[in-house]
Amino acid sequence: MSPGIGSPPLLQARGLRKHFPLRGGVLQRTYAWVRAVDGVSFDVHPTETLGIVGESGCGKSTLARLILRLIEPDAGRITFGGEDVRSASPPRMKRLRRDMQLVFQDPYASLNPRLTIEDAVAFSLLVHGTPRGEARARARALLDRVGLDPRLYGRRYAHELSGGQRQRVNIARALVLDPKLLVLDEPVSALDKSVQAQVLNLLAELKRERALTYVFISHDLNVIEHVSDRVLVMYLGEVVETGTADALAQSPRHPYTQALFASAPSMDPDRRMDRPPLAGDPPNAIDPPSGCRFRTRCAFAMPRCAEAPPALRSVDAAHDVACYLYEAEATVGAAPR
Amino acid sequence: MTQIEAVGGVATFGPGPGSLPPTLNVAPMSYWRTVAWRLARDPATLVAGSVLVLIVLSAVLAPWLAPYDPSAGSIRLRLAPVGASAHLLGTDEQGRDMLSRLLWGGRMTLVAGLTPVLIAFVLGTGLGVLAGYVGGLTNTLVMRTMDIFYAFPAVLLAIAISGALGPGLPNTLISLSIVFVPRVVRVAESATVQVKGLEYIAAARASGAGVRAIVRHHLLANVLGPILVFASTQVSLAIILAAGLSFLGLGVTPPAAEWGLMLNTLRQSIYVNALVPALPGIAIFVTSMAFNLLSDGLRDAMEIRA
Repeated sequence: MSPGIGSPPLLQARGLRKHFPLRGGVLQRTYAWVRAVDGVSFDVHPTETLGIVGESGCGKSTLARLILRLIEPDAGRITFGGEDVRSASPPRMKRLRRDMQLVFQDPYASLNPRLTIEDAVAFSLLVHGTPRGEARARARALLDRVGLDPRLYGRRYAHELSGGQRQRVNIARALVLDPKLLVLDEPVSALDKSVQAQVLNLLAELKRERALTYVFISHDLNVIEHVSDRVLVMYLGEVVETGTADALAQSPRHPYTQALFASAPSMDPDRRMDRPPLAGDPPNAIDPPSGCRFRTRCAFAMPRCAEAPPALRSVDAAHDVACYLYEAEATVGAAPR
Repeated sequence: MTQIEAVGGVATFGPGPGSLPPTLNVAPMSYWRTVAWRLARDPATLVAGSVLVLIVLSAVLAPWLAPYDPSAGSIRLRLAPVGASAHLLGTDEQGRDMLSRLLWGGRMTLVAGLTPVLIAFVLGTGLGVLAGYVGGLTNTLVMRTMDIFYAFPAVLLAIAISGALGPGLPNTLISLSIVFVPRVVRVAESATVQVKGLEYIAAARASGAGVRAIVRHHLLANVLGPILVFASTQVSLAIILAAGLSFLGLGVTPPAAEWGLMLNTLRQSIYVNALVPALPGIAIFVTSMAFNLLSDGLRDAMEIRA
């Protein structure tokens, strides 16, 4: 079973919404909104890994930045360790930031080309008032821990490192403040398969050593299945299904989740499905379909799917689906909490 | 999470701790040292740089190098040809020693060319970074104001402002600064907007760093380079504009020696002695060319990409 399920959640998101305005014309008037994240709620319990999966453009990265308050949500509530993040005062926010850190997707854009990697890692400590010498020593110790000998690499610049090495630096930078929560935004997507495995193993070791809690964002279902305790499936800014990694792998309920599993390359012949894989691109998030946003690509779409969006309903213990197909067996009102 | 067995454990890069003597820790050169190293190995830059050093030195040392008083003329010795005895580069239409005037004139021209670009570099970087980093209404206000200046051709704008302010070196510096500030602001703003969107800035924000720390440690270090290269390309233009203003009588006032002004007063003598009136022009050409080559070299040397 997932670790920490019984304890109060470390991170709680309720009804998170972010719509980006599209401006144009001489007067820069808003003519449309990109509904990047639309009413997303979830809990993350201490020491668990919550996987967030979905196609490109479904709002995963926006969600990561919302959680860390790098962009302000339009609506919704985020609580971290029981504290309301959105109403935190600037000094309080600075303190909160030590507890939640982000590892970025692009190992090239995420490191300052003018800083040695030692200084890049130590910078966060300096921000929080650690003396320079101590900050550097801790940065070097952490670089050593993530597999980069500080005597060989500490004084090097980002462009002298490979993608995998840079991602290790990113991880060290995120960990140097001793956070409780690490949001990993596609941390291995830009890496070769073999390097991916090394970085994933490193993340697993660090999580065990430091009792970390992960929010792991990826479009790669195999990776998500491998690392996650629970999984959140997103489609066009909305959560369509959530459940334990095992439950989702064994009995995906939402047609979208089923299609995702069907299209994920699998080595196991028993896991192959006879359902049609997904066709076409996801619709534009600027003007999403009415009702259920997946209905335009869904093999089971019914007339009522266009009328109103289906709510997330519990179909099993800790397994929620937003689909009318399961309304009969669902216990209405059990989710979201 | 479980280990992925097929690939094995975490690979360590390089030998493990303790296996290397600390002397092997050869720190790679910092960015600016690398740039300097590359500049010193580019032949065109070396030549241009040496020429510039000579020009700057001769201008600085003009009071000691000049054989004559640059404004003392002699009616008897007007328009002596190049190579005349006692006047190596001849004399001008009032019989003043050309070598002395060229040396003294270089001071004026260099001051009038470098100062506005320096002012524009400082002001333009400040305004551009402000507009780019803050964005929104601030950006609109700053950038649209700059667009107003940008709408006029550089020469026209310089002449208009100088004409309104009147002749004299300080007014030349003011008008040329107004010409160059908007250009630098544009470059600084676009560089800032581009760098601001990169993930290492987001990472710095996520670490709790304030605006000042982010701008100082992450933003400026990455935008100053391109702005510096752009500013260096503007020096030759500033020299030509400054000389042009003096030529039109809007810059340095006679009898002071300045290359553009000398070109103006000598231009009617071109039928008497072709080479002497061309000398200030040659000086302007060589100086601005040297600055151009230097900025080209700088741009190449700074293109250190991953």
